[in-house]
Amino acid sequence: MAAGDAALVLEYPARLDPDTSARVVAIAEAARRRCGAALRDLVVGYHTLTVYFDPLRIDARWLEDQLRSAASEDVQDADVPHATIEVPVCYGGDLGPDLCSVAAQAGCSEDEVIDLHTTRAYRVYVVGFVPGFAYMGPVDPRLALPRRSNPRTRVPAGSVAIAAGQTGIYPVETPGGWHLIGRTRVQPFDETRAEPALFHPGDRVVFRSITRDEFDRSAG
Amino acid sequence: MGTLTVIRAGMLTTVQDLGRWGRQHLGVPVAGPMDWYSHRLANSLLDNEADAAALEVTLMGPELLTDTETMCAVAGAEFEITAGERRVRTGEPFVVAAGERVRFGNRIAGTRATFAVSGGFTLPLVLGSRSTSLTSRLGPFGGRALKVGDALTIGSSRLVERRRPGRAAAMPHGGARLRVIMGPHEEMFSDAARLAFPKSRYVITSESNRMGYRLDGPRLDYRRPIDMLSDATPIGSLQVPASGWPILLMADRQTTGGYPKIATVITADLPIAGQLAPGDWVEFEPCSRADALEALRRRDAALAGITP
Repeated sequence: MAAGDAALVLEYPARLDPDTSARVVAIAEAARRRCGAALRDLVVGYHTLTVYFDPLRIDARWLEDQLRSAASEDVQDADVPHATIEVPVCYGGDLGPDLCSVAAQAGCSEDEVIDLHTTRAYRVYVVGFVPGFAYMGPVDPRLALPRRSNPRTRVPAGSVAIAAGQTGIYPVETPGGWHLIGRTRVQPFDETRAEPALFHPGDRVVFRSITRDEFDRSAG
Repeated sequence: MGTLTVIRAGMLTTVQDLGRWGRQHLGVPVAGPMDWYSHRLANSLLDNEADAAALEVTLMGPELLTDTETMCAVAGAEFEITAGERRVRTGEPFVVAAGERVRFGNRIAGTRATFAVSGGFTLPLVLGSRSTSLTSRLGPFGGRALKVGDALTIGSSRLVERRRPGRAAAMPHGGARLRVIMGPHEEMFSDAARLAFPKSRYVITSESNRMGYRLDGPRLDYRRPIDMLSDATPIGSLQVPASGWPILLMADRQTTGGYPKIATVITADLPIAGQLAPGDWVEFEPCSRADALEALRRRDAALAGITP
């Protein structure tokens, strides 16, 4: 499907689920192997793969064929290389001002929210919004709250948040509508690093609870 | 190497090359010029690489001082420009002597001009590009617009101009009709919206910048309420939030967005879109992919100085 004259979109039924996401990541990998040099960009969505190309240099029909072939390759999720990243988080208090209200809405204690958030490995679905912001999921159904009705104008960098069945970390201070449950020193994006982005689509992420003392000592 | 110093910054002057491609999957915006044709033309007039770093000047231009004899070129929006005491013309290379100033005066037509120097500006690459992304604060000078006192290294002391210059693009006056390819989410809109879209005139509101233009005009309703999953947002996308008023996504857009896109402006017409300002009108004319490619080839030929 065309998105203008310089991008093509490969689309699967619109679902926010790990299997669809894994499929898109696998096809992105196959497409990059087949025709990476012909592409300006290759953007992984939840159920879409968008490729950008220069229409003066690349024939859109040829590219469509390449994408179709990539989609028909039998690439298994297990064949796609991915990293597992551990993120230490100090939950609650002034670093996670919404933990209390999240617990109330989930009908459990703050400690149970922390347990629910730390006991599973999340899959990175999409990286977008701002450089390095990873949309990850799925979160435990009890923590699947909608976005806040009243978004904050300033969310501090490093805030760990949940909303819409997903979890994420704000890489920089921005406005934001997710529920803030904790804070991490991990920097999801730093353009001066050899690999600027910490999270890539398909990576797995595990959160680990640390004390305020540990958080303070990990400064700088 | 010579240095260009900013004496007066103008309304919004940023360093741009052809964009920070290759990292949109990590959330890194492309940025780059609002009018890619004028960026390429200004560079080609000086025989620079197409993606050499140049300045994008907006509505009210800067005043710049050079400490070396430098060959420069301006393309895109027309301003009254002086180099030293001499009046210079858009679309024609000119030489500025050491210690002379280039002054952008009254604007005559268009919104954004590209100011290029021989060899481009030599600035550190940030993630492979010298484009300024104001939204993500990436690029030269920490991803901000230029300020008084900023110093930029001039790439080359060559005083060579191109023998067969490309043709300058006509600037829009008050508005423009832009060709679009319908979709990718056309089917999410009501029949009334799909019918109205190509017949409607929109006005660019004051809530417009390098990220995108918010448009005022007939509302485009969805077929049914939508909670869409975010996907990629190409430049030129007409993204429609629940309010029904479209937003035309431009150079410094975010990489993903969660609203349906009814149509996408073709690459050949993006330079015209980039020359529009708040208050200007805009209309959309659906075309085929073949038409879009033909229009782009014409643009490319004009850039090479080939008369059709």
